[in-house]
Amino acid sequence: MSARAPVSDGRHAETVQVEVVHDHHEAGHGSRKEYITGFVLSVILTAIPFWLVMAEVFSDSRVTSLVIMAFAVAQIVVHMVYFLHMNARSEGGWTMMALIFTIVLVVIALSGSLWVMYHLNANMMPMSPGDMRTMP
Amino acid sequence: MAQSHPVAADDAELRFYVADEHGHAEGGTMLGFWLYLMSDCLIFAILFATYGVLGRNYAAGPSGADLFDLKLVAVNTSMLLFSSITYGFAMLEMEKGDQRMTQRWLAITGAFGLCFIGLELYEFAHLIHEGATPQRSAFLSSFFTLVGTHGLHVTFGLIWLVTLMVQVHQRGLIPANRRRLMCLSMFWHFLDVIWIGVFTFVYLMGSLK
Amino acid sequence: MNSEPNPIDTYPHWWRLLFGRFTLESLPLHEPIVVGTFIVVALGGLAVLAAITRYKLWGVLWRDWFTSVDHKKIGIMYMVLGIVMLLRGFADAVLMRSQQAIAHGGAEGFLPPHHYDQIFTAHGVIMIFFVAMPLVTGLMNFVVPLQIGARDVAFPFLNNFSFWMTTGGVVLAMMSLFIGEFAATGWLAYPPLSNIAYSPSVGVDYYIWALQIAGVGTTLSGVNLIATIVKMRAPGMSMMKMPVFTWTSLCTNILIVASFPVLGAVLALLTLDRYVGTNFFTNDLGGNPMMYVNLIWIWGHPEVYILVLPAFGIFSEVTSTFCGKRLFGYASMVYATVVITILSYLVWLHHFFTMGSGASVNSFFGITTMIISIPTGAKIFNWLFTMYRGRIRFDLPMMWTVAFMLTFVVGGMTGVLLAVPPADFVLHNSLFLVAHFHNVIIGGVLFGLFAGIYYWWPKAFGFRLDPFWGKVSFWCWVVGFWVAFTPLYILGLMGVTRRMSTFQGTEYQPLFVIAAFGAALVACGIVAMLVQFAVSILRREQLRDVTGDPWGGRTLEWATASPPPAYNFAFTPMVHDGDAWWDMKSRGYKRPLEGYKAIHMPKNTGAGVVISGIATVFGIAMVWHIWWLAVIAFVGVIAATITHTFNYDRDYYIPADEVARTEDERTRALALVKA
Repeated sequence: MSARAPVSDGRHAETVQVEVVHDHHEAGHGSRKEYITGFVLSVILTAIPFWLVMAEVFSDSRVTSLVIMAFAVAQIVVHMVYFLHMNARSEGGWTMMALIFTIVLVVIALSGSLWVMYHLNANMMPMSPGDMRTMP
Repeated sequence: MAQSHPVAADDAELRFYVADEHGHAEGGTMLGFWLYLMSDCLIFAILFATYGVLGRNYAAGPSGADLFDLKLVAVNTSMLLFSSITYGFAMLEMEKGDQRMTQRWLAITGAFGLCFIGLELYEFAHLIHEGATPQRSAFLSSFFTLVGTHGLHVTFGLIWLVTLMVQVHQRGLIPANRRRLMCLSMFWHFLDVIWIGVFTFVYLMGSLK
Repeated sequence: MNSEPNPIDTYPHWWRLLFGRFTLESLPLHEPIVVGTFIVVALGGLAVLAAITRYKLWGVLWRDWFTSVDHKKIGIMYMVLGIVMLLRGFADAVLMRSQQAIAHGGAEGFLPPHHYDQIFTAHGVIMIFFVAMPLVTGLMNFVVPLQIGARDVAFPFLNNFSFWMTTGGVVLAMMSLFIGEFAATGWLAYPPLSNIAYSPSVGVDYYIWALQIAGVGTTLSGVNLIATIVKMRAPGMSMMKMPVFTWTSLCTNILIVASFPVLGAVLALLTLDRYVGTNFFTNDLGGNPMMYVNLIWIWGHPEVYILVLPAFGIFSEVTSTFCGKRLFGYASMVYATVVITILSYLVWLHHFFTMGSGASVNSFFGITTMIISIPTGAKIFNWLFTMYRGRIRFDLPMMWTVAFMLTFVVGGMTGVLLAVPPADFVLHNSLFLVAHFHNVIIGGVLFGLFAGIYYWWPKAFGFRLDPFWGKVSFWCWVVGFWVAFTPLYILGLMGVTRRMSTFQGTEYQPLFVIAAFGAALVACGIVAMLVQFAVSILRREQLRDVTGDPWGGRTLEWATASPPPAYNFAFTPMVHDGDAWWDMKSRGYKRPLEGYKAIHMPKNTGAGVVISGIATVFGIAMVWHIWWLAVIAFVGVIAATITHTFNYDRDYYIPADEVARTEDERTRALALVKA
């Protein structure tokens, strides 16, 4: 049920769209095709990093790290989209908002802790007299 | 509507209350559960951060490269992936209203989950047997805690799954049970997402030299 | 390390199986202060229990309160819990102030160091977790659903459960006073001191399990209130038409849900270190105690804003109500709140600048800390501009608001001072810091909570609070606060560190005596407040407010009766303006008198009491290493939870004629007032 109510409150007239909550709730559930697409993509995105590490494809382990991290991010997105049916519309965008907020906090907590503790170790735990001399 | 009170000529349409309600809008559960998952996500973030900071502190003990059996981890990962798709199938059957098939897929999901837990316990037992106990080094402490917390979540998921199967058996796919199955679905897929982080950051990157 | 022989070694094996590490020596019979307190508390408790039994109130308490899922009753129970614990926490403060006033120049004072350490730990833990948090949660619980025109919260059972989990934490913290001991580590239990090697006794375990159990409740209540605000607002109430208190509550609960899991995780890691022997925060085998400090402040800083944001909301409501004006800069107020919410996650390192992270890290966190004071300052200006040219009524809530503005600004400025890393290196861990955070927590949070209590008390009970005793309390509190903490600022600048139980010289004594005098004034303020409650309850007929709107309120909670009926609103309100009730009044809204419908409501349940009761038993068993009981209680919690999920019969309808009867009664009462 919705009622259009013209409101004049002295300053300016506006039209208020009043909605009596009818939830088109319970986000989407996905179809068989969606689930299978998600599954196939996940299998691929899992298999490749395992292969990269187990077969030692790259000689530089930093390259491998970056590549498998990229795969992990891709797979997380796949899971979010195909299994958790994330989209910007469900629950009026609140689930997406909560997710983005959480991701920001996870990034802050993870990178912040690593940064802070790395600097602490660099400053406070010189491993050798040589390190000690080059300290900032 | 009889109850609308005309206040002034130009506000004739203005209403200050809903005269005709259709009960309680019961829409908060999925959002609430999602918020819970987000809070859980932060627990894992802290465990990942701890692993990130302490994960190289081997204390002259074994490192990941010495310990991890990637083949086992690959099998374990596949268990979880299979359980994800089978849970998806259960949800599709639930949509169709087919209680028998829903239960069947749920049981298969549970079986995969049980295999996952079994393999993880085997891995832990093996590590401890080799002397790589959680007490050995900060690396092992954070490894066991991170992976173990995920395993604990899966275990609770399994208990929940069995409970829901009993409830569906008792009352059928009534709206309350559908809602619960959807919450567990979110929980289950969420654990899968966490596992992606675990196998990438802990196992794969830990196995690199 | 503990060199004394452990009494548990003299006990037989079966005793240890049965009672874990509990021994008769765990009872602090050798400490006269504790024994005295115990006797007083026990006699008082017995008197209360006897009175309840004598007047046959157990049934009423159980049916109407303990098992209630009504957000208003749960809110009131939180408030009672918070005020009772305020007395406990303040008793600790009095002990510290008097000890520090005495123990100079060789005098030992009356508190041995180990006991003193427990007192300052308990004071901090109790004031933050079991006073400020319950009071904040209680007000949000009571007010938010009313302000958004809802009939209850999104998950009424969870709300009851959350309250009882908080109470479970309180039970553990209080138990530690008489059985065993509390942590002697400071309120955040930093390792390595809190590790098993240096704190082998039960104190830290009490700390861990009290916070862990209460933390579950807090997190769930956060989820609950977010879902309530997001999903259950009255039709027409868009986000930018929400009352400011609801906005700040939303942001606070977002912070709760996003930070309490961090606390839980960190404490769990400390638990593993203590119980399993892992090496997260130990000094050897790769552990790193500073990681604990880093992680716990990722929770700890947002916690500060969890407490203060609702207070900001209260001040906003109070200022606009008592100035008879729309809040100045509503949108900027909302944006400032949201900015604070996000920035509060970017400043945690300012609590440990001296850890040694180096210049780049320290300057980053110093700058973010200074930035966060900008939105806070903007809020102050918004309140000032609301007051500017307003018709200000200096009722008690407004008095507290003005006192807040004057006090909090000083606290904020010393905060910015501490945000400068070089200055912090000098002032870290000094009494200057102690004065600073009391300045913001008492001047910000507590004054806000008092303003809120005075403001919404008539809504909760249908009568106002006696203004005379309120003013006595106000002046004692405000003056007492300044007398107590100004000396601490000075002492901090003189270099006195916190948490000292004795001082060698006598040069600091005069200032400490002044501070103790301030604490005595605050004690008078607390007594006056209790007298005020008692007097007001006795004189409730004279102080009665029938209108439901004693202050000329602007938001929806004033649209319904005081106390509101179980269903809050007979008809769900429709909102057209930010100050919804003001808008309704100014447009000549008339209460509907007919056409009532049956109202769908949640049913009461005892499951919350049962589950959190078992969880508390689990906590006790873990503290004392009574493993058999811990296992049983753990399984019990899971079993009770599962059993609860088999209960599908969770709601009922209040029949339309009952609604009609309640509303007609109000109609008659209102007619009497007009006549």
